[in-house]
Amino acid sequence: MEEPTARNIDVRGCNVAVRRAGAGRPLLFLHGASDAGLWTPCLADLAARHDVIVPEHPGFGASDTPAWLDTIADLAGFYLDLLDQLDLANVHLVGHDLGGWIAAELAVRNTRRIASLTLVGAAGIFVPGVAQVDPFLRTDEQRIRDLFHDPARADAMVKRAARPEFEDIGLKNQTTAARLTWQPRGYDPHLAKWLHRIDVPTLLVWGASDRVYPREFADAYAKLIAGAKLVVVPDCGHLPHIEQPQLFVATLEEFLDRKRAAA
Amino acid sequence: MKIFNFHLMPYRHADLDAIERNGSAWVTYSNGHYDPEKGAGLYHEYLDQMELADRLGFDGVCLNEHHQTAYGMMPIPGVLAGALARSVKRAKLAILGRALPLLNNPLMVAEEYAMLDNLTRGRFIAGFVRGIGAEYHAMGINPAHSQDRFAEAHDLIVRAWTQPGPFQYVGKHYHFNYVNPWPRPYQSPHPPIWIPSQGSSSTIRWAAQMRYTYAQTLSPIAVVARFFQMYRDEAEKAGYAASPDQLAWSNTIYVAETDEKAMREARPHLDALVNRFLKMPTEMLLPPGYSNIESIKRIRAAKVTGKPTSVDDLVKNGVVIVGSPNTVREKLAEYQDLAGFNTSLTKTQFGTLPDDMTRANMTAIAEEILPHFRDRVPQRSQRAAAE
Repeated sequence: MEEPTARNIDVRGCNVAVRRAGAGRPLLFLHGASDAGLWTPCLADLAARHDVIVPEHPGFGASDTPAWLDTIADLAGFYLDLLDQLDLANVHLVGHDLGGWIAAELAVRNTRRIASLTLVGAAGIFVPGVAQVDPFLRTDEQRIRDLFHDPARADAMVKRAARPEFEDIGLKNQTTAARLTWQPRGYDPHLAKWLHRIDVPTLLVWGASDRVYPREFADAYAKLIAGAKLVVVPDCGHLPHIEQPQLFVATLEEFLDRKRAAA
Repeated sequence: MKIFNFHLMPYRHADLDAIERNGSAWVTYSNGHYDPEKGAGLYHEYLDQMELADRLGFDGVCLNEHHQTAYGMMPIPGVLAGALARSVKRAKLAILGRALPLLNNPLMVAEEYAMLDNLTRGRFIAGFVRGIGAEYHAMGINPAHSQDRFAEAHDLIVRAWTQPGPFQYVGKHYHFNYVNPWPRPYQSPHPPIWIPSQGSSSTIRWAAQMRYTYAQTLSPIAVVARFFQMYRDEAEKAGYAASPDQLAWSNTIYVAETDEKAMREARPHLDALVNRFLKMPTEMLLPPGYSNIESIKRIRAAKVTGKPTSVDDLVKNGVVIVGSPNTVREKLAEYQDLAGFNTSLTKTQFGTLPDDMTRANMTAIAEEILPHFRDRVPQRSQRAAAE
């Protein structure tokens, strides 16, 4: 398994922890509310062919919590700054959950450095009439189990989260997640109005039994982003990259290959 | 000591088994369980009790604010305060308090409280709180903004009361081009400000610095004594000696002829209060961002929301006082001396306690307790007691 280098990057006074591994086209992976700081097998696999860059968002994990952090749009602006600072071009931008929301907000603003966009179980929009679990009324254990299709797959993550050394980080991550997503819950009513501006090839990857942002959210995103390709992953909850890593990597690579062939 | 009649106005006809099955009387306990006929009856019953408190000689009556719960039917306490402003003739009228961060327009509290202060010709006491965690689930307000919004709303309201309008107010959460509320408060410079809290050290420090009366909610008396000592220490650091008048203890008192009778009568109703109406999961009580991470860890470690509370423990630990007139007098005096407060915010109705028993309790307190405490102040050094 490809081991990442870990270092801190200072972007306009905000220090963020960044893991990076592999070589090739840059792939910026924006984590969700529940997988900050995880270097998963899927990222290692992608690093065999890409320059994989995985920051912990401001307010999460080992990164600073800057005074300016109020909204997901703030993080979109932050990552545009980070792309400029690292002078990255032709970036494959992949975002999961609230990281997908950040990625969508970023791509609406500016795709100058972006080659493709992949949203995985992404937050950011509202779909009426779809039941969602309320993560803020779940216990720590329930909240993790909600993420998986196969409850047995949740055990490792439940165990990790229960370790005392993760208590502070877990509370910090939850506090930032609340700050960014509490109200309106998990979306910005203004985002959907501008998703048509996204002008890079877009892939949507969704777990068939996602209970956090159910599959109807994928359909809604597919309608709002012209030409977006949707792949629904069977036997999979909210974390396709963790619950079905091989399928996830294969789907993503196929999309990136086809895009390359088309170019 | 001043003794106030503090009402929570619970929906006392609630189906306690249904609350237990739901896990809480808050946020998710369906309002399908609310019967408007019974509810309307309760509003009048409880307002009648507040008017009785005035006639019986209680020093004040207190209301508070909670949302979407059978625990208390006062989401908009100003409505009830308005009803009482003319019928309560003598006693102080306190709202303890309005939950400022829940408001998108805190200027309306400046207006509402100023109106109540005028209506009562200066008998009004203005309480400000953040609201408990459940409120943030119920009202869709971001708990991570709670402390900021409280500070900003408080600042805006006090300035609206004291600084000649119109003026501009620009904060992070609230912006007004014209702050110029009519009426202005009746009291000068503004009604007394009281700060109820569960014991957050930052709130205690701030209240002491501001010289606001600090009210400690439902806690064992030893804990109350510790928090009140913290207040006196913070006052000292701020360069003054806090008076016992700045400290209020929120309690429950039930008086009957004998200790045994009092315990027998109060027991099921206290049990309903602490094990049904108050119960909620930790996630509801402590949404992320509501408190700093250290406080959240401390409260989680104490597992306050998990285990049932026994009524005997409530009495033994001095959370409530239940007994014969003599027992209640002894305990209240002991606790006053231990913690050094000069205001008792007393729930005379609690949980499912019906009207006749509440009135008997109020009358007994008025006859047997009030006269003995009217001129009583804390007897010995609280510092020695707390140490």
